[in-house]
Amino acid sequence: MSKRLISLSVNGRRHDVWVSPSDLLLDVLHDELGLSEVRYGCGEGVCGTCTVEFDGEPVSACLMFAVQAEGHEIKTLSSLLGEDGSLHPLQECFLRHGAAQCGFCTPGMVVTAHCLAERGGRPTREEIRRELVGNLCRCTGYTKILDAVEEYVDTVASRKAEQPR
Amino acid sequence: MVCAPFEYLRVSGYDEAVHALAEHGEEAKLLAGGQSLGPMLALRLARPGVLIDINDIDDGQPSLDDGFLHVPALTRHATLIRSPLISRHVPLLGAVASQVGNVRVRNRGTMGGTMAHADPTAEIPCASLALDAEVVVHGQGGERTVAARDFFLTYLTTVLEPTEVVRAVRFPVLRPRQGWSFAEMVRRASDFAVVAVAASVQLDPDGDTIRTADLALAGVADRPVLGEREALASLTGTTGAQERIASVAKAVAEATSPESDVHASGSYRRRLVEVLTRRTLTEAVERARRNGGAVR
Repeated sequence: MSKRLISLSVNGRRHDVWVSPSDLLLDVLHDELGLSEVRYGCGEGVCGTCTVEFDGEPVSACLMFAVQAEGHEIKTLSSLLGEDGSLHPLQECFLRHGAAQCGFCTPGMVVTAHCLAERGGRPTREEIRRELVGNLCRCTGYTKILDAVEEYVDTVASRKAEQPR
Repeated sequence: MVCAPFEYLRVSGYDEAVHALAEHGEEAKLLAGGQSLGPMLALRLARPGVLIDINDIDDGQPSLDDGFLHVPALTRHATLIRSPLISRHVPLLGAVASQVGNVRVRNRGTMGGTMAHADPTAEIPCASLALDAEVVVHGQGGERTVAARDFFLTYLTTVLEPTEVVRAVRFPVLRPRQGWSFAEMVRRASDFAVVAVAASVQLDPDGDTIRTADLALAGVADRPVLGEREALASLTGTTGAQERIASVAKAVAEATSPESDVHASGSYRRRLVEVLTRRTLTEAVERARRNGGAVR
């Protein structure tokens, strides 16, 4: 199978890469573009360590071929960092609550939680738990992750409530 | 896991998709959400030589049409959950869709995909049977409609011909004095169901008795199946009292012969059928009573 040149939009930048049709988006992001926050966990879409934002919604990069991503917007954890490398408030919540131990699941957790918060409303702890059901963590027991996300969505909701109309 | 190499092409219409299927024959597989096909490719359970990506097809939004909710095949499960049209007119479908996989699966998985993939434990096929939905199929000769109840043949097999595509699924809209319920047993929230039950009950418009009770089961056979007809028919004319529902649930369970596998034994699945049938019939009757018509 011959390779083809595709143009991907990742974290707001254009990347031209040569890919085989069967190359996973996961592998191209991680290996070709050096985005180590997109991780191989199960290869089946169950564990969530490869979660990326695809046109604003979380998807499994292991269940998408790079060729499919042409024409769409991909965002990874890196897109949340400030221009100067400063952490996103959601990341700060994770740090403050001790919501990461080995850190392997963390990018997927953060991306998924960020998408949830961006959808608006004020998800309850139970709704957050349900949303994160597809992101597996072997270390933390999930409690501190929920604490971190809960604090973040409360902060976002409060800030929106305070904004002058 | 690395899948076997394949050629890749994108199509932007159903005619194009059918043409590509005809051209490439057995080597070709359609790619929609990829949430079921992806793992199969990764595990090399499937090795198509050609993937035909249909995600660019713009087949529209769910819409009301002549007493049915018309759901285009590329409608993502996430859309079903968020659609006010669906929560109003086919609430069972919205409730069921929220149980499918995890958030990532629901963002990509499609109506056409889950129906065509025909996993015997899948939730949406189960609901389609309970609701007596219709599957619109697009092929070389044009379109045909197949009742969901006739659509599934066996494991991962439907009546679709090799050059046919699911184009839409049509669900009858919720009528006054009609109620619904869905329950499943899963070990982890994002798993396929061990057993799932979908129920739809129609009360008599003028009275408080049951006119029809429809029930579908997933996880008890090689495809989703309807609950035992005679048992459910015995509810007609009754008020759905607990003892009656309990005995119907027992009969529905006894009529199944689920196999044992790594997830559950056959006898445990049967027990689940009985319990979940009782719960869903009860809840469907309650919902029917609250849904429109005279207040009693």
